[in-house]
Amino acid sequence: MNSQVKSIMEKYGNDPTRLMDILRDITSELGYVSQKESASVAEQLKMSTVDVEQTLSFYHFFSEKPKGKFNIYLNDSLVANMMGRAEVAEAFEKATGSKFGGVSPDGLFGLFNTSCIGMNDQEPAAIINGVIFPKITTYRVRELIKSFRNGKTPNDMINSYGGGQNQSELIKSMVTNNLNRRGPVIFGDYEKGSVLQKIAKMQPKEIIDEVKNSNLRGRGGAGFPTGLKWEFCTKSLEKTKYLICNADEGEPGTFKDRVILTEIPHLLFEGMILAGYAIGAKEGILYLRLEYEYLQNHLENVLNRFRENGWLGQNASGIKGFNYDIRIQFGAGAYVCGEESALIESCEGKRGEPRNRPPFPVQVGYLNKPTVVNNVETLCSTVKIIMNGAEWYKTMGTKETSGTKLLSISGDVKYPGVFEIEWGMSVREMLEMSGAIDPIAVQVGGPSGRLIGENEFDRTICYEDLPTGGAMIVIGEERNILQVVKNFTEFFIEESCGSCAPCRYLTVILRNKLQKIIDGKGIAQDINDLISWGTQMKKANRCGLGQTAANPILTSIENFRSEYEAKIEKGKDFYSRFDMDAAIQESCRAVGRFPHA
Amino acid sequence: MNEKIKFSIDGKECTADKGTNLVDAAKANGIYIPTLCHLEGVKPAGSCRICNVKINGRFMTACTTEVAQGMVIENNTAEIQELRNIIVETLFVSGNHFCPACEKSGNCDLQALGYRFKMMVPRFPYEFEEKLVDAESPKIFIDRNRCILCKRCVRSIKSKDGKSIFAIKGRGHKAMINIDHELANRMTDEEAQNAMDTCPVGSILRKERGYLDPIGRRKFDRQPIGSEIEQAIK
Repeated sequence: MNSQVKSIMEKYGNDPTRLMDILRDITSELGYVSQKESASVAEQLKMSTVDVEQTLSFYHFFSEKPKGKFNIYLNDSLVANMMGRAEVAEAFEKATGSKFGGVSPDGLFGLFNTSCIGMNDQEPAAIINGVIFPKITTYRVRELIKSFRNGKTPNDMINSYGGGQNQSELIKSMVTNNLNRRGPVIFGDYEKGSVLQKIAKMQPKEIIDEVKNSNLRGRGGAGFPTGLKWEFCTKSLEKTKYLICNADEGEPGTFKDRVILTEIPHLLFEGMILAGYAIGAKEGILYLRLEYEYLQNHLENVLNRFRENGWLGQNASGIKGFNYDIRIQFGAGAYVCGEESALIESCEGKRGEPRNRPPFPVQVGYLNKPTVVNNVETLCSTVKIIMNGAEWYKTMGTKETSGTKLLSISGDVKYPGVFEIEWGMSVREMLEMSGAIDPIAVQVGGPSGRLIGENEFDRTICYEDLPTGGAMIVIGEERNILQVVKNFTEFFIEESCGSCAPCRYLTVILRNKLQKIIDGKGIAQDINDLISWGTQMKKANRCGLGQTAANPILTSIENFRSEYEAKIEKGKDFYSRFDMDAAIQESCRAVGRFPHA
Repeated sequence: MNEKIKFSIDGKECTADKGTNLVDAAKANGIYIPTLCHLEGVKPAGSCRICNVKINGRFMTACTTEVAQGMVIENNTAEIQELRNIIVETLFVSGNHFCPACEKSGNCDLQALGYRFKMMVPRFPYEFEEKLVDAESPKIFIDRNRCILCKRCVRSIKSKDGKSIFAIKGRGHKAMINIDHELANRMTDEEAQNAMDTCPVGSILRKERGYLDPIGRRKFDRQPIGSEIEQAIK
């Protein structure tokens, strides 16, 4: 066995539930995980090789084949495409002599499309060997590739630092925060550590009651009441419990957690301590998407300072008997792992496949123990709720939706970035606030949300009207709605775990049907088919990904039906312009004879 | 004696033992809820979605749901049937199913459901995606053209020391069943037969054992799948 692999295995105590870390470490040492390495990992973990490959092959950033010396993961999100991704992609292909999805013949460059990397406010962006390159131009592409050929590393090519902590010694990144609006909750003034002093004098039940009373709901999008979730967890008789923070923000168009993790990670970790104490957790886990690997040293450093302060560890934060620490668990590129039970599976070293419910994670979660999974923004909010009280929190927002919300606004706006708003703002105000440029549509809540048109711009952003996890993609009048829908639908195809039959393949069927319409070969029945087949997705699938995968199609037909109708053949029951020449091209090539030649 | 639970399916009053899943609970009352990925004695996966029923107005998979007192279940309604038809048709076009030439024809759950649901032709276009056949193991081969990714094999077929012989590789529509050749090489005839019987379609097959049952003596030759359940209790 390779000695590097051996020492990695020992580092994780040959524990199969740490398979994600093992594969990530092998990837950083050797560039990929060959079948030989898979077999030796399997042997050491006393599992079969196919089980190791099952995890390995699930995640976008793992590979069982050699990649390039420089691996360029170019974001393929809608907004990246709106901001000129196509010509950047072409420039990369030209400069490297490779095609996307492959490695250049000299083995230097790997080019890969990748789902949203959380940089929608600075697209087109790419991750090259872990370094984020935002706002890439064709000029920059040529410069990068030339420099890499001349022996420069991605780190050498960092030519500016983004604002705030992005320029700190431990991050040194070109990413900019674009924190355009600070609100009173998440980005309000706060003295580090103060909530920890406060909770040391509180009983867990008091904390839960305060959070319950605040009416705080999960900020990831699903909106489950946070206090209630904590309470359910404490009802379990199991002694060992876990608190997991979901920092896998993969919904295309969201990047708010990135800014929190960069600027105020202490607030998040204090929230994780607070929540851990409230539910009686043994350990806290920050499940961080690998796209944000560039923040690792920064976050580890903050955790170390917490340990030095006695805020983590034995009798954490001065609370007798509360032995609690936090560790970072990296994902490896899978949107579905943002679903809490898939995230738990991933934490256990498995493929990120959502679990059947019941039982819910608060009953049977990580390592089969009761587990609370909370969003980054949710946990930050709880700190302020405990500091200032539920009544203070409820003075903000609407009747049923208290507090503030971070919006990640991108697309056709003058000021893309993160805005902390009070719930209750109208979409029209939101557009005005961010300097929207001739908006015709807004994708509310990312692809899994709703595509709304002007007729819904007076709706209010809150749970009683228009709920959202915060991703707001503004679409200007120059854009082609059907291309928007196609990008989102292909995103779901790429990110489906493949477990439920309808999500695995009906998505492909829907995309092909949409393509038929885009190609001008559709008829009226095709639009009706999209609706009737798409409607089944919500009923048929297990998790939020599958249930919402047809939302882009369904909500766009609802609000932009004319865009579809403009592309179809009117008054025809079938596509009537069959192109014989095109249809026989393949057989012509096979026999080497062409009718018109 | 076990505690009895009362519930209803399509208006029919039913009883079952506490702790029973809905598929088995329905079966005990002479009602067939179609399944593909479900396998008795193995933890339900809820992945084929064909057993979707409406429980108190909400869609849920019957195999993963434990029966509860007073549950109102819809099973045989037009809405649910439409969903099931769509799932079966999706499975047909997502693979390459050429029934007349398949060794499992007549013994195949997917084909049998197609007949039971009176499917003439899938409403979806065929894609004819290329799928790999793995014939490396001495006793069995996997024809992925016919696989419906029910994961019965993944969940239930293990080696003597408890290791998985089958697992999933990849994700989404590119996901496929992967076989551990080293472990498969050590399978006995009996284990190979068991693997073939576990597969609801013709994806896992024993080598040199094709077409053993003549027409007329295959599982679903005489009556549709599920009839045995419906006839057991009238």
